[in-house]
Amino acid sequence: MSAPVIDPARPAAPDTPVGRNTKARRTTPARFDTALGWNDRPSLAWALRILLCLIALAVFAAPFLTIFSGALTPNPSGSSLSFLPHDSTLLNFEVAGERGIWDYLGNSLVIAGGGLLLQLVVCTLAAYALARHRFRGQALIMMLFMMTLMLPEEVIAIPLSLVLGDVPVLHLDLKGTVWGVILPLGAWGFSVMMLTEFMRDIPAEIEEAARLDGVGELRMLWQVVLPLCKPALGVAGVLGFIMIWDQYLLPLIAAKDPTDYTVTVALSILRTDPEVGSGVVLAGAVIALIPSLIVYLLLQRSLVSGIAAGATKG
Amino acid sequence: MTATVTTPAARRGRVFGVLGKKAVVPWLFLAPGLLLALVFKFWPMAKGIWLSFFDVRPFLGDQWIGLDNYTRVLTDHRFQDAIGHTLVLGIGQSLGAILLGFVLALLLEGQARSLKIIRTAVFLPAVTATAVVGELWRLMYYPTSDGLLNSGLHLLGLGPVQFLDNPDIALYSTMAMGIWIWAPYNMVILLAGLAGVDRSLYEAAAMDGVSLWQRLRHVTLPAIRPALMIVLTLATIRGLRVFTEVYVLTGGGPAGSTDVWMTRAYTLGFTRNDIGGASAASVVLLCVTLLLTVTVNHLRKRGEAR
Repeated sequence: MSAPVIDPARPAAPDTPVGRNTKARRTTPARFDTALGWNDRPSLAWALRILLCLIALAVFAAPFLTIFSGALTPNPSGSSLSFLPHDSTLLNFEVAGERGIWDYLGNSLVIAGGGLLLQLVVCTLAAYALARHRFRGQALIMMLFMMTLMLPEEVIAIPLSLVLGDVPVLHLDLKGTVWGVILPLGAWGFSVMMLTEFMRDIPAEIEEAARLDGVGELRMLWQVVLPLCKPALGVAGVLGFIMIWDQYLLPLIAAKDPTDYTVTVALSILRTDPEVGSGVVLAGAVIALIPSLIVYLLLQRSLVSGIAAGATKG
Repeated sequence: MTATVTTPAARRGRVFGVLGKKAVVPWLFLAPGLLLALVFKFWPMAKGIWLSFFDVRPFLGDQWIGLDNYTRVLTDHRFQDAIGHTLVLGIGQSLGAILLGFVLALLLEGQARSLKIIRTAVFLPAVTATAVVGELWRLMYYPTSDGLLNSGLHLLGLGPVQFLDNPDIALYSTMAMGIWIWAPYNMVILLAGLAGVDRSLYEAAAMDGVSLWQRLRHVTLPAIRPALMIVLTLATIRGLRVFTEVYVLTGGGPAGSTDVWMTRAYTLGFTRNDIGGASAASVVLLCVTLLLTVTVNHLRKRGEAR
């Protein structure tokens, strides 16, 4: 293994084992690594930190276990709920299936997949123009995209539902189609801004070299810029997915009848159905939870770095 | 900033052809985004502003009534109550989530693998769809003594609390859920801020023999000011347009005690079919949101310039 490197910014604690690999050395916190000066030498503070971490886990993560255990419990109510199911059964999922939960999930997946694809394409194209071209009105266009963030669905819901019923010029009725949910999600100011910031950092020399080889605009974007933007695309993808999956009002107002609902909106139908118990509602909640959980766990590293980057760049 | 691609020589060589093409290309790339934003964001916004001056009557034709919708909405006592609820919920939820997010960030700051795993788990509420979170909290707030939270209170000898059915408590129950959703999100941003703090400042502070509290107050807090401002900006924009949290948890009930501005506008527009009134309510919210965003941004810029 490589010899331990002395890092002046991070003085090693006296009891740091020397000679172990550098990674292990790096994970040993020094006294000034954190604002509170945590370290993992057994002490009162150390015990306190473990206790607080357990409380944080119990408050923020453990409740999710009740969703799963409730979904697997025959007829959960109050006391029969716990973090682990008593006698597990898949009956709730069967009943939820009879109530069309898989169709709702299908709606959701089509909307999330199509919406995300459209959003990535649209935002990438716009970001490319904003980052790699100069044109009149650039600042204005940037401001317009920023304004899309300030015009959330909640604020324009009522007129938007009228527009979805009768799109101007084309006179299309998008209600009851997935397009009614997908199209309004296409231009997302956050993705445009983040991708623009990222594309600006690509050195001009790379672009100039490609231009000299006679690369056109679309190939430039596809073969030169995009491969360099993979981290930013990952962030835009995972944040976009979570944003689309979390949509509630838009699928509600874009639907013609309840069969058009997404799985998250359909939970309210399950809940108001007097013939199904809360176990079935929780089975639906599990089905609505799992896709976003998978995306999060697969891409959580880029998600967290993306939130951090988006935040620090503002 | 933006990289110009053409070299001066090339620009001189092909002035007209290139200028024409160069001027069109960016607009071709911008077109899809601008078109979608225009049709599904700005057109509805304009239409909403327009409709807010009309008595909207399907099949009978709309009738211009000037500011009547606005006076009606602003003098309606249910809307006035909703303003109060929106402010209490927005401010309480935002400050609570920032404070808890800061505590979480201080607790979970560090490089160790175990900390990363805990952070991943703690972040779960922020990535879960609000509708699912609503179901989860309805379960935790189960009103009988064998409900999850109530059984915990029972151990402490406290009677079952009607978290969502008691008009005096329901708003605070909703606030607790909002804090739970947004605290992990704030935690991540504040962690990024904490990671950027100059470690030598901590050492210098320790050398001067200051207490932990003083170090937090005089070193950490000023250093993470930009991150705090961002968290605050996001919270301001979110706070006013709170809808889904309330809608999925209580639907505005009981007895309108959790009705916020947007749930009120939604009820007016979609269940009472008063499109004009609902549009006026939306426009009011839009104006306040824009005003607040601009103000906060202005303060932030001024703070950074200093």
